[in-house]
Amino acid sequence: MVLWFWSRTERCFSSSGLLRANSGEPTKFQPPPKPVIVDKHKEVVERRFLSPEFIPPRDRTDPLKFYIERTDMIRRRKVLDVPEFYVGSILSVTTADPYASDKTSRFVGICIQRGGKGLGATFVLRNIIEGQGVEFCYELYNPRIQEIKVLKLEKRLDDNLMYLRDALPVYSTFDVNMKPVPHSANDEIPVNQLKVKMKPKPWTKRWERPKFNIQGISFELSEEMMKEAQKWSQPWIQFDMLREYDTSKLEKEIWKEVNEELKK
Amino acid sequence: MKTPQAEELAVHAILNPNSRRKVMNKNRDHGKIDGKKLWGNNTALLNTSHGLVTRISMAFLNRRLGLLLTQVNRAVEQRHFSITGACSAIQKLTRVRVVDNSALGNTPYHRPPKCIHVYNKTGVGKVGDKILLAIKGEKKKALIVGHRMPGPCMTPRFDSNNVVLIEDNGNPTGTRIKTPIPLILRKHEGRFSKVLAIAQHLV
Repeated sequence: MVLWFWSRTERCFSSSGLLRANSGEPTKFQPPPKPVIVDKHKEVVERRFLSPEFIPPRDRTDPLKFYIERTDMIRRRKVLDVPEFYVGSILSVTTADPYASDKTSRFVGICIQRGGKGLGATFVLRNIIEGQGVEFCYELYNPRIQEIKVLKLEKRLDDNLMYLRDALPVYSTFDVNMKPVPHSANDEIPVNQLKVKMKPKPWTKRWERPKFNIQGISFELSEEMMKEAQKWSQPWIQFDMLREYDTSKLEKEIWKEVNEELKK
Repeated sequence: MKTPQAEELAVHAILNPNSRRKVMNKNRDHGKIDGKKLWGNNTALLNTSHGLVTRISMAFLNRRLGLLLTQVNRAVEQRHFSITGACSAIQKLTRVRVVDNSALGNTPYHRPPKCIHVYNKTGVGKVGDKILLAIKGEKKKALIVGHRMPGPCMTPRFDSNNVVLIEDNGNPTGTRIKTPIPLILRKHEGRFSKVLAIAQHLV
């Protein structure tokens, strides 16, 4: 009976209390780690993501050139883990810099543009540091890049967020020490429906024009100005068959090829 | 001169008397037809039309101009001029932003500080170049620490043209630089060591 009572009291002791007894110094209360819930009833659908720089442009160049480039890209990807990210996700990139103290420089920012095909693929990160907007154009396959980490994986309403330069600085500031937001591999990528507010005109580009087709700005312009902007609309472009470039088959083949190579 | 295109050409020729070439080349097929260049035939035709234009009395045009101007105005409106953005980083007469905490750079004045000379073979200043500024009615040397023009890959592009005031011997006037400074300046550590010493944030 005494033993049972003793065990009961032992259970009453909290772990922090025990620590206090051992070290003699007051320790901070560490909350237990959050349990990761894996929903096994949900169907596990593997998301096929092919980085856009793998898809070759519609040129008259020999596909052999793109094949050779792809092998080089895969070789680099085996060394450096390039995660899946989209325009609108927040990334942190560490590069090797000969002019930096301890030779590495880290930059955190939102991806506003992904351009280039093949080995010259680039992405532009933007952040506001000490009230000054800074943009870095990084090459994905540059050997100076040591680590690319996705802090928040999400998409936005547009493919190109260059309008953030003319938006209020609130929308481009991101904490350099922000914690990565966890994201499971099988969930769908969240689309941030944020509509950004702009600084007063003039802007670097006339974002209200239909040529840019921007969904992510809440234009607070007069109806007159919006009508004026629609004068430059070219509604026949969506029916132009020469501009169509169907990449679905090409994507499937390249995805298969890239996946097989990466698994080796 | 009864077709609307010809009338448009005529008005265009009068409004822009020096654009003879534009009048000749406008809406022309610059290729070859039947193995012969079109130039010879067309210039003859156009010369006559151009001659007609000069000989047409101003009275006729004054009558027509009223009606035509509305058409021309619409045409001119749709003709958009594409102006490229900032092509060169910092050159003469660019307005700059002084980022250090010197008194000269931070006291308000009714005119923004402007670059009046770039100490460079080309007149275009990039990061690390010295320039001459006109601030508060005085001339002062400054060092470029960031510009809006995109530079080489892996280098930062800033949202404003940043500049640090400097003496003739290269010593900075201010004592602190809060805005981020590109790391490329460390390449010439000898020249910019004092500026880098007062910089708090290196990007």
